[in-house]
Amino acid sequence: MQLTDHEQAMLDGAEGAAVQQAMSLLTRYGKALGAERLVETNNVCGGSVGSLPNRRNVISQDASMEEIFSLLNLDSDRPLDIPPIKTMAYKLIEAGDPDFYDKQRVSERTQRLIEKNAEFCGRIGIERCNTCTPYQVGNIPTYGEHLAWMESSAIVYANSVIGARGNVEGAQSTAAAMLTARIPYWGYHIPENRVATHQIDVVCDVDTMMEWGLMGYYVGEAVQESSPVVHGLKTQPDLKRAKHFGAAAATSGGVELYHLVGMTPEAPTLEAALGHKAPQETIRFGADEMRTAYERLNCATSVDVDFIMLGCPHASVEQVRIVAKLLEGKRVSENTQLWMFTPKALKAHADRMGYTETIESAGAYLMSDTCPALGRVFPEGAKVVATDSCKQAHYLPATLGLETWFGSVEDCVQAAVSGRWGGTLK
Amino acid sequence: MSDETIVLHGRCVVEGVAEGEAFVTAQTISGFGGIDPMTGTITERRHERVGESFAGKVLIFRGAKGSSGWASNFQTARLAGAGPIAVVFNELTTKMALGAVVMRVPAMTDLDQNPLEVIRHGDWVKVDADRGVIEVTRRTS
Repeated sequence: MQLTDHEQAMLDGAEGAAVQQAMSLLTRYGKALGAERLVETNNVCGGSVGSLPNRRNVISQDASMEEIFSLLNLDSDRPLDIPPIKTMAYKLIEAGDPDFYDKQRVSERTQRLIEKNAEFCGRIGIERCNTCTPYQVGNIPTYGEHLAWMESSAIVYANSVIGARGNVEGAQSTAAAMLTARIPYWGYHIPENRVATHQIDVVCDVDTMMEWGLMGYYVGEAVQESSPVVHGLKTQPDLKRAKHFGAAAATSGGVELYHLVGMTPEAPTLEAALGHKAPQETIRFGADEMRTAYERLNCATSVDVDFIMLGCPHASVEQVRIVAKLLEGKRVSENTQLWMFTPKALKAHADRMGYTETIESAGAYLMSDTCPALGRVFPEGAKVVATDSCKQAHYLPATLGLETWFGSVEDCVQAAVSGRWGGTLK
Repeated sequence: MSDETIVLHGRCVVEGVAEGEAFVTAQTISGFGGIDPMTGTITERRHERVGESFAGKVLIFRGAKGSSGWASNFQTARLAGAGPIAVVFNELTTKMALGAVVMRVPAMTDLDQNPLEVIRHGDWVKVDADRGVIEVTRRTS
């Protein structure tokens, strides 16, 4: 791989051992990819953790943050002094919400790890946004901007809806990017690779957030890591619909970039999105395919629901407002808990608008910083969950062993109030 | 004994040499929510190898999918002593490449024959990523 003089100097240790290790990791990673060079980036979203389940099992009780970051984020067995980072960097999901440690049953050890990590992030300059949706709280890339983001649902949004350029990175490549302001120039950084290879012909109405999620879940499974262009849509998606479509497609498959003809910036026409080539495959999406996706996600047998999870990916202000409206004057069943997740900054806004009060008055909770699938936080004794997120519905059976229902936000709130699942696909 | 040996050639992703029993799946594997990194067991509900562990085996599969925590989950499996001893895959993605680097095991791709068709679950496989060669000894059952 070709390195500039500055990159070579970092690799040779001119900026200390941590930067050297970061550059070594990037060059080995770049070589594994077959990348020819690195590209500069000032926009990184990553996870500096050690607090998440499993990760906390492989670090010693008294490990310092330098040790944890060196091992888990820079893949170095030797603890390194970590200098202040060079780029803007947003931190992704944490293991718990400090305002709900009791409710979320976050252990004392994990609380200490979260606090230690918070102090460390502040010291080296990582913004503690603790959300999977950086683009909802101020990190909105520009068209063509090179990114080093992890979180599959975030990068697919930035690539597709905004036209920024990046691949799904990991905890190690994003940490290395923070210290070097570099990431391999490969995949979706390169304009020629951004054309669609698979065509989706939509032959039904796709309107609600649930329908956009289901289409994403079906398309992701059908195209896997490929890049689809969706043709035949009648209505433009808004933020929440695009967010759910991408998150679902990145979960059932590995979609990192999609195009919607006439709606996303790199798809002025079907032909342009395909790079004026024939698609490798054309896939139909109609009512039958919608039902297939719905049935794949609904694996529960018991209609007695004890947990409702909303806000995966983290909810927008609009979604919080919708749920507050649905809950107005109602009461969550005593057999059920409703937890909704939104970034902390948006929670502050919801507090100001009175949404939080409405939600809490109904006996539900508006939480931040984590999610059930990643933090493994859920109500004690919960066995059956309902969610409006394809992504969460996909992961909860495997990560928490919960029976899972998937449906619309209205059906989820109704289930929270009645304690029984009555969701349908109309 | 009539052990048949098959040789495949391909590109080195991570250097090294290792040999062991093949764990083969034609499906992609999700890291986060798809495996239990403490035991190397596939946990994804609709996966063809759900309940089976690749710990200490040569993992031969289509590629990585799902969450960006892929590399972290496989790095965790390595630290827990439950990682594969070598990996061979068909589809190159950033998740897969970074995962291979932090698993610190020999890794290969771009093979001259489809490993998912040639190598069977349980075969004995030697991955020599330094030379770009994979030797497969058929399991005689």
